[in-house]
Amino acid sequence: MADDRNFLLKIITPERVFFEEEATMVEFNTTEGEIGIYKNHVPMTVIVKPGILTITQEDGIKEAALHSGFVQILQDEVTILAEIVEWPEEIDVERAEAAKERAEERIKSRTPETDMARAETALQRAVARIQVLK
Amino acid sequence: MASMRDIKRRKGSIQSTQQITKAMKLVSTVKLQRAKGRAEKSKSYFECMYETVTSMLAKTGSLEHKYLKAGDSQKKAVIMITSNRGLAGGYNSNVIKLITQGDFKKEDLCIYAVGGKGRDTLGRYGYEIKADYSDCIEEPVYVDAMNISKELLNGFAAGEFGEIYLAYTSFKNTVSHEPKLLKLLPVEIEAGEAEEEKTSKALMNFEPEDDQALDMIIPKYITSLIFGAMVESAASENGARMQAMDSATSNAEEMISNLTLMYNRARQGSITQELTEIIAGANAIS
Repeated sequence: MADDRNFLLKIITPERVFFEEEATMVEFNTTEGEIGIYKNHVPMTVIVKPGILTITQEDGIKEAALHSGFVQILQDEVTILAEIVEWPEEIDVERAEAAKERAEERIKSRTPETDMARAETALQRAVARIQVLK
Repeated sequence: MASMRDIKRRKGSIQSTQQITKAMKLVSTVKLQRAKGRAEKSKSYFECMYETVTSMLAKTGSLEHKYLKAGDSQKKAVIMITSNRGLAGGYNSNVIKLITQGDFKKEDLCIYAVGGKGRDTLGRYGYEIKADYSDCIEEPVYVDAMNISKELLNGFAAGEFGEIYLAYTSFKNTVSHEPKLLKLLPVEIEAGEAEEEKTSKALMNFEPEDDQALDMIIPKYITSLIFGAMVESAASENGARMQAMDSATSNAEEMISNLTLMYNRARQGSITQELTEIIAGANAIS
């Protein structure tokens, strides 16, 4: 019966097809909060926020850092159009740590010109990268 | 009749030109394969993107949104994608013609140039070149497209221009490329297509609500169009260059065979002449 719980998960980036396999569940961050999706979800389009993408498959769990894009959810198919997504082995820890510090610094020493939204996204991105590695 | 030496020299120079064009053809064939691969890989992303955006717009229908109606400004921004290098047949001039011979007024345009050839030519014609992103056409990456679209959307939001166009070369297959002019903003989806989508797609919910979702998705849509255009143009450029170099090589071959014929005739002629002279000389003595 296990097959019935699976849906097709496609993760597409502008440069390549990142992932295209059957999955049981997928979890990620959206602008409205974290969500997890099983098969037969209501058709929906959501916008991604930087965070960890967790793919649950029959033979285990895969994780990746998902930074921006949007997701089209259909009953038996989920398509993630990701502008940026990385497997843990593709992430450069030192760069992520440096980016995190930079973003924190910018938020702390905020001036009227600071683009807070940008700084916060940068911070979230760096945090997501570091978390995926752990 | 040209002397033997002249013909020989001419032949030599054509031969070395042929070697160059042959090498260039080989190089652009390899580059074309790579660019084609990239264009194909990224295709599914745009198809999905297009599908989502059309279904969204079909659903939201007559929604009032800043990206769906033209700005007040008369100015029009055009992103023009050409190459940095020449010798690609009509590739660059076809794109430039789209702009110079279209319905645009020169004063209304500001050009965002990607590719040095187009920038230089339009600059010479007196068009306003607003920005230049020529370094990114060699190896288009998504970040470049993001930067361009960000700047354009900021300009659009600030009312600097009312419409945004994209001029590029679409890549159909290795031998056929077509220069295209695409309207990016305001977003226009043809009515017929929108109707079809409406029936084929089940009810789609949006989270957050429609207009906020549009705010976020339209910029991504524009970025993906720009990126797609860059990748396709890169493939077309190499395809065009390959064709141009191929015909240059075969032209050179033809010229060489003509010259060889001429050279042999001249050689034969000179031998015959020498012989007649010798015989005439021998006859005169005896």
